[in-house]
Amino acid sequence: MAIFDEELMRLKEMILKMGAMVESSIKDSVKALVERNDGMAKTVIEKDHQINALDVQIDEECIRLIALMQPKAGDLRFITTAMKITTDLERMGDMAVNIAGRALELNKEPILKPYIDIPHMSQISQGMTRDALDALVNRDKKLAMDVIMRDDEVDDLKYGIFEELISYMVRDPNTVSRAMKISFVAQYLERIADHATNIAEMVIYLVEGKIIRHMALPEE
Amino acid sequence: MSNNLKSESRKLNFFYGNVHALKNVSMPIELNKVTALIGPSGCGKTTYLRCFNRMHDLYPHNRYEGEIILYPDNINIISSGIDPIEVRMRISMVFQKPNPFPKSIYENVAYGLRVRGVNNRKILAEKVEKSLRGAALWDEIKDRLDKPAFDLSGGQQQRLCIARALATDPEILLFDEPTSALDPIATSKIEELIIELKKKVTILIVTHNMQQAARISDWTGFMMLGELIEFDRTDKIFTAPSEKLTEDYITGRFG
Repeated sequence: MAIFDEELMRLKEMILKMGAMVESSIKDSVKALVERNDGMAKTVIEKDHQINALDVQIDEECIRLIALMQPKAGDLRFITTAMKITTDLERMGDMAVNIAGRALELNKEPILKPYIDIPHMSQISQGMTRDALDALVNRDKKLAMDVIMRDDEVDDLKYGIFEELISYMVRDPNTVSRAMKISFVAQYLERIADHATNIAEMVIYLVEGKIIRHMALPEE
Repeated sequence: MSNNLKSESRKLNFFYGNVHALKNVSMPIELNKVTALIGPSGCGKTTYLRCFNRMHDLYPHNRYEGEIILYPDNINIISSGIDPIEVRMRISMVFQKPNPFPKSIYENVAYGLRVRGVNNRKILAEKVEKSLRGAALWDEIKDRLDKPAFDLSGGQQQRLCIARALATDPEILLFDEPTSALDPIATSKIEELIIELKKKVTILIVTHNMQQAARISDWTGFMMLGELIEFDRTDKIFTAPSEKLTEDYITGRFG
């Protein structure tokens, strides 16, 4: 039905809007940390309710479409995928809020060390988020697989950051508070990448009708 | 509901002789929206629909009580002072099975106008084309308007009946199970058409097919044993109805 197609298009636009908001929250939260910008960190925290509102709105829209339009096959997979994806996006928004919170705390103390790997992690996580959503919109299985593969890189970076911060803490107990907070940030970014991976896995389901979560990845 | 009403029934009761078929049914019909009536067989939904174009007048011993107000005139269309023919010009009906007249496609649509004394060929031709376009049928049959209506497929015949109903520019279109005799593709065409038509005309539809009510209507009334159990926005009825009876019916747990 043409009307139904229009509604699905609108749903897709809502998801993309939410994705763009989450992506910019992640970017701004890390920028607030690196550039020690309290105002930017506060903005990220204040804007989170908009992401939450979209989460609820998309859920309601999906429920309405399922109840009224009785979606089948690809349409059904798209709507159920949308419902799961918004949960991931909403959590990613929360992670950005957490990063902004740590930024506000860290900005009060002297710089422990220049941030190099954190922005790198952030860039990869943002790229994964963007690509996972592009893969969703274009039903691009290859791009989704690519996102899933990139998750390991983020994990490795996190462990590298942990080791480095532990060495700071061992050498000088005065760094413990700051080093702990920075390692939290690394953990949040790693979680963001995990959520992007979840979205990519849902895209595979959307395209193939096969749930690949909790499975070993196929050999390339 | 906004105050933008096309019609409303107020404490409408209807009797087939001694059988009390409608009990105090009060329901608004919003202008340029689709209002659907659902409910089990014998619940009174078709009886209710038929009150709107005075179909029951055709049989003796039938009796109305209460009011059906038509706006903006604010007249009670079931009062004995109102001519049923006049009502039927303003409120047209499309039936369950396509029922074209044994005439050409063209004459089927022109019929209502001719009865009304329109004989000017140019006006007739314009009206016929406009109605057939409005019923999304024109492009399929414009080259064979003189062919018998029975040559058309079931779905096309039903759209022809919609065109026939549209020809007299009605204010309300009544649909009584308009797709129950059609295949899924023809059904989907009629559903799209109904959504398109509501821009110009207010629609009241009775359907056994709850999914259809969900897909195409803005408001839904659930009836049982002659009573209106619940009336609300369609998305509300199908996601969180207020009445347990409604919930039981739409989830198939009825009885």
